[in-house]
Amino acid sequence: MIAKLRSSLLAPVLAIVVSALLCALILLFSGANPIDALGAMISQVGEGQVAVDIVNSTAIYMIASIAAAIGFQMNLLNIGIEGQYRIGALVAAIVGSAIVLPAPLHWIVILIVAMIAGALWALLPAILKVTRGVHEVLSTIMMNAIAFGLAAFLIRRDQFGILIGNNVSTEPIPESGLVPGISLGDRGTVFGLVFLAVLAAALYGTTMNRTRFGFELRASGLSPTAASAGGVNAKRMIVIALLSSGAIAGLIGMPEILGRDHAYTLNFTAGYGFAALGIALLGRNHPVGIAFGSLLWAFLEKAKAALDNVGVPREIATIMQGLIVLSVVIAYEVVKRFDQAAEQRRVGRALGTITATEPAPEAAK
Amino acid sequence: MSMVEVQPGVPNTPGGAAMTMPPPVQRRTLPAWAWFMIGVVAVVGVLSMTSYLTGQPALTSSSTMQNTVTLGLPILLCGLGGIWSERSGMINIGLEGMMILGTWGAAFGGLHGGPWMSVLVGAVMGALGGLLHAVATVTFGVNHIVSGVAINLLGAGITKYLSTLIFEPLSSNPRDSPPVEQFDTYSVPGLSDWLGDLEAQQRVVISDVAGIVRGLVTRVSPVLLLSILLVVATYVVLWRTRFGLRLRSCGENPVASESLGVNVYLYKYIAVVASGALAGIGGAALVLGSSPSIYSEGQTANRGFIGLAAMIFGNWRPVGTLAGSTLFGYSDGLRLSSGPETVHALLYSAVIVAGLIVVWQLFRRRWTGAGLAAAGAILVYVLYFFTDELPTEFLPYTPHIITLVVLALAAQRLRPPAADGMPYRRGEGD
Repeated sequence: MIAKLRSSLLAPVLAIVVSALLCALILLFSGANPIDALGAMISQVGEGQVAVDIVNSTAIYMIASIAAAIGFQMNLLNIGIEGQYRIGALVAAIVGSAIVLPAPLHWIVILIVAMIAGALWALLPAILKVTRGVHEVLSTIMMNAIAFGLAAFLIRRDQFGILIGNNVSTEPIPESGLVPGISLGDRGTVFGLVFLAVLAAALYGTTMNRTRFGFELRASGLSPTAASAGGVNAKRMIVIALLSSGAIAGLIGMPEILGRDHAYTLNFTAGYGFAALGIALLGRNHPVGIAFGSLLWAFLEKAKAALDNVGVPREIATIMQGLIVLSVVIAYEVVKRFDQAAEQRRVGRALGTITATEPAPEAAK
Repeated sequence: MSMVEVQPGVPNTPGGAAMTMPPPVQRRTLPAWAWFMIGVVAVVGVLSMTSYLTGQPALTSSSTMQNTVTLGLPILLCGLGGIWSERSGMINIGLEGMMILGTWGAAFGGLHGGPWMSVLVGAVMGALGGLLHAVATVTFGVNHIVSGVAINLLGAGITKYLSTLIFEPLSSNPRDSPPVEQFDTYSVPGLSDWLGDLEAQQRVVISDVAGIVRGLVTRVSPVLLLSILLVVATYVVLWRTRFGLRLRSCGENPVASESLGVNVYLYKYIAVVASGALAGIGGAALVLGSSPSIYSEGQTANRGFIGLAAMIFGNWRPVGTLAGSTLFGYSDGLRLSSGPETVHALLYSAVIVAGLIVVWQLFRRRWTGAGLAAAGAILVYVLYFFTDELPTEFLPYTPHIITLVVLALAAQRLRPPAADGMPYRRGEGD
């Protein structure tokens, strides 16, 4: 148990330390003091609404990375989260403003619409993957671009868009469709849908680890041949995995729309989809790991404004995010190989085929 | 194949075999350049027919062609980068990040030297991105796509940081660089004016061809010449040299190459670094081609991914990639130089193409294919007839839709390198 925990925690910790060191080096080279920078970022958390902002974006990042993790479990790289959540948010905002229902029912309908729209946007890549063998990375990249075009078209003022102030947006969703948040006065308001993220993480964790479906999904991801020999329909699993990933992705925009913006606006936040891939890798597709990864991401994202005060370009936070992802995947590979070698030596010693000093044979896997 | 049919005892010399049994009739396939020329003629024909029948001269005007070149070059260079990397078996989703690094490098180089310095520093920055990808994927064996995604994040982050640090004091805007010097452009003397006269006469086909050719020979930038040179160089180096054969063998069967003494890691490193450099030059082409020629944040707008799509469209080969990036550049360029009515006329082109497919399928006696194409042609024609313009929001995304269609129809005919994206560890082959 301890050995397992060590090998799963070693890599992310190693990665974060390495990337922090690299960032410190970059800061030193550009003539800033890394300690001051870190101090400024940490003290920023106590300022104004930053703490609440961090909680809110942690929730959003969690939903997004769960969508990514579902794909990863099945060895699918769903780059299309970006497009799926945009379409999900836009369709949900349009439908939500067009209907009137009693309060909890209204927003539940909106959430379901968002999930369906997100899943439908993933449907074409799924079909192309299983029927024509088109790699999902390519088709989802194309679908992302088309989603941008479709969104820009649907929000035109002769379609569903209206002008509010200087900003074009969809019709605002009526009061009954909004999810009440937890107001903390000057500190800001925690989105009510923060709990949706927790629920999604819990549901994801149980499904993956406690159900037959989750087992089949992970088995197909680990070894498609072994899984199909065990009677798992690989094509069906691909379609289900991509559609559920898309459905969860459809929810990404919901905390912001139902908790703050009340409509899909032109300056709808972009970029959660790509961050999600990084966080899911960092958290190793584990719900708890994802939660911590999202927290780290949200902290870097929201506290970076403070860097301007100490004369450091805030973009160092983005570099740090990229470095973390790159070093975490490298660290996983290194730790994995190290573990494999250790295992080989252990087996070798137990069988008495090698002595403790002899290196493990490379080919004996 | 014919070797199998040779009877034992029959002397297996070329002359002897030819005398005793005629070689089986082979279906002669045209070389790639011939197909390319046929394609060019067909496309020009369809476009000039459309332009004539719908009265939309902008479809084949020289300004549209110039925009096509300007917007297509970054995509072409990224696509070439993709060929280098993937031919050695390394998937390179990080082209976008390397291109972003290239745009920054181009602006930085341009401020400290002429336009050639822009290209050089852009290439170096892109190559550094490629080197990082190579370290992660070749040395540490990280999943190629994962590393590529990380490099895209990192490329965006590093350029934002560097641009705030270096460009903001000069341009007082952290997102833009000050304008850099552009290349002098050259027009072919005489020819350009003569073609301009022809184009202005609005004669069927002749004016269309004149417009297209004029777009290619007027205000030619050295970047265009450099890119054409790089297309040829990519073909010659990868397909006509020993080095290229070895590099491609690493993408087909690295274990076999290893057994023949090829240093697979070295070749993969060279390929991925070259790929990054090409993507970086693509970034430089983007900076030098925009007006004013500046680096600005978000300028690449996923062109790296489009370059990858152009490469797949071109079946991992240079000439095909050239065709793919022309398509992407054209639909982008048309949007700049004309309005929604012109775009609408493209529907007419689609009808003509579908009609040609019907004829071809009937000729091949494939009735279902012909029926489907005919239904498609009628559908698009109805759409054309009952609408007056297409929403311009969709125009930039036409190539994406076309790519999806191509992937759906031709995915089985495309042939990526056999070991593309496969993990390879030295000495662990089975």
